[in-house]
Amino acid sequence: MASIQINNLRKTYDGGVQAVKGVSIDIKDGEFIVLVGPSGCGKSTLLRMVAGLETITDGELFIGDRLVNTIEPADRDIAMVFQNYALYPHMTVYNNLAYGLKNRGFAKAEIGKRVRKAAEILEIGEYLERKPRQLSGGQRQRVAMGRAIVRDPAAFLFDEPLSNLDAKLRVQMRLEIRKLQKELGTTSLYVTHDQLEAMTLADRLVVLSGGEVEQIGSPIDVYEKPASTFVATFIGSPAMNLLPLSKDDNNWKLDNSAVVDVKLSTDLAELTLGVRPEDLVIEELSEKFDTGLHTALKVTAVEPVGAESYVHGTIGEGSVDIVVRAPGKLHFEPGQILKVTAKPDKLHTFDMLTGKRIELQGTLEIA
Amino acid sequence: MIERRPLLSFSSHVIMVIGIIAVALPVWITFVAATHTTERMLVSPLPLLPGTHFWENLKMVLFTQEFLGTTRAPVWLSMTNSLIIALSIAIGKIVISLLSAFAIVYFRFPGRMLFFWMIFITLMLPVEVRILPTFEVVANLGMLDSYWGLTIPLIASATATFMFRQAFLTVPDELLEAARLDGAGPLKFFWDILLPLSRTNIAALFVILFTFGWNQYLWPLLITTKTEMHTVVMSIKQMLEVAEAVPQWNIIMMTSLVAMLPPILVVVLMQRLFVKGLVESEK
Ligand SMILES: Nc1ncnc2c1ncn2[C@@H]1O[C@H](COP(=O)(O)OP(=O)(O)OP(=O)(O)O)[C@@H](O)[C@H]1O
Ligand SMILES: [Mg+2]
Repeated sequence: MASIQINNLRKTYDGGVQAVKGVSIDIKDGEFIVLVGPSGCGKSTLLRMVAGLETITDGELFIGDRLVNTIEPADRDIAMVFQNYALYPHMTVYNNLAYGLKNRGFAKAEIGKRVRKAAEILEIGEYLERKPRQLSGGQRQRVAMGRAIVRDPAAFLFDEPLSNLDAKLRVQMRLEIRKLQKELGTTSLYVTHDQLEAMTLADRLVVLSGGEVEQIGSPIDVYEKPASTFVATFIGSPAMNLLPLSKDDNNWKLDNSAVVDVKLSTDLAELTLGVRPEDLVIEELSEKFDTGLHTALKVTAVEPVGAESYVHGTIGEGSVDIVVRAPGKLHFEPGQILKVTAKPDKLHTFDMLTGKRIELQGTLEIA
Repeated sequence: MIERRPLLSFSSHVIMVIGIIAVALPVWITFVAATHTTERMLVSPLPLLPGTHFWENLKMVLFTQEFLGTTRAPVWLSMTNSLIIALSIAIGKIVISLLSAFAIVYFRFPGRMLFFWMIFITLMLPVEVRILPTFEVVANLGMLDSYWGLTIPLIASATATFMFRQAFLTVPDELLEAARLDGAGPLKFFWDILLPLSRTNIAALFVILFTFGWNQYLWPLLITTKTEMHTVVMSIKQMLEVAEAVPQWNIIMMTSLVAMLPPILVVVLMQRLFVKGLVESEK
């Protein structure tokens, strides 16, 4: 077990693609870090640099207190779980688990002991003599995990390990991975593009975009205080509503036209206002808040998703789409006008140009 | 097919039966001819049912050196030669092409693509095309009338390298990466993972190359002068060429029959391995 220190790591591929542009993360011993971001943002590249499968263009990588930039993957004391499992197809499950130990010169008895222990933890004991193709996707996934844990490494690396499983199994395995990691206390770095997986697994989330870190923080922090409009729309589903506002004679206007009733004390003349769909309330259905945001929504569609409904609509001159997440099965006609409102502490403000979060001092004045 | 149409299944059976007859009839005639005496084979109509001289003919073919006044290698010897040559070619080719395909696919070295294309170009130059220069080289190296001379020029060719390259390219990169993390160096990866995964390819190639080596005619004819280096295929041809004498069809056919056995055996044995390989491995 060890900490991992990533100092200003960069990766430029041969073709000149800058996949990772200076990423720094301090991973504490035993921490579960999830790298999340859209496709092509450099998650896998970063993980593979930590594994040693990709050379490091620039920066420093410490595992424990050892600088491992040029150390062979096998000597970094890490284990990796691949998206497509990468089990050796011609070896039995037992040999798949034992292979890394054999290569490291462990004694037969010790190998047997470790494999059986790992098999017991993962409940794959009865499949030890089978070949990978005789296993279901979920069982293969467990074997892949087993191959990582038998080695008792300093860190686990996961590259989208659950994306080949069906939705139900994914939820189950997610919980198991979390539980296993807590029991073993092994430092873990986990890559996913699924924000729900990221939220539920992580001690801390690292949101990446275009090869750079957008935000590092606990899932709740990232959710409640997104550092940028990118994070705000990436984490949470449906995505946070963003309203581009500009000030004109002390009125906030949307697209320089429709007046939006919101009280913000700031000198800025322009900003992006963010509000999550679940923080918007339809006045007709519940109370109206005195302060905060008040606006009128023209319904375009209603999506019932069981316990709640997503009400889609436009505000202002019809140029800005927003979503309201409201409990219950709702029926509204397209074209119907609804009054929606949000509490002042549920509003997020971002710099319109850079997209970075701005904390307004004493955010909202009482009306 | 899930459909069951009597007419269709009847006609497909007819076609299959015709096919089997077309393939099996010559073999049957060979077998029948090998069981009669020389005299019987010169009388028309030719027999269609086996005679009683099988063992006699077999013994004569395998062990007699005298054949219509000329000395030749007894068939057991030429069979052994053929076997040594066919096995050397098959095994030599497989070993060399496995290694060169491994180098081309998994290592980045200067001139990698140059080497690949150089190997690839030799595909266009089979032995028959480069026969004179090759003969010159072999003669200068003093390899005439030796197993080296008989096999080495036939081992050097690109088909198998090319095939293994394609096979290796289908092995997912993650397997290599997983093996690297598991502490396997390049040779261990080759031995523990790549080789077992290529089993079916190796078996298929062995069958093809063994038959290829077994059936070589022109090259052995060119570089062997001593009768004890002759191959069985050459023997058959020579038996047909005895001048001023009627060919001894029973003996020739017996030799053909014997010469057919090893390739058949290889196909049958390897086929079991193939099927097993096909069922067991998956990439
Ligand atoms: N071997 C390579 N050579 C050149 N460019 C590459 C290579 N591998 C990845 N890239 C580029 O680097 C960038 C980051 O790729 P990476 O695989 O890290 O993305 P990712 O975040 O893992 O995406 P995904 O969620 O789709 O797996 C992409 O723009 C990709 O095209
Ligand atoms: Mg990836």
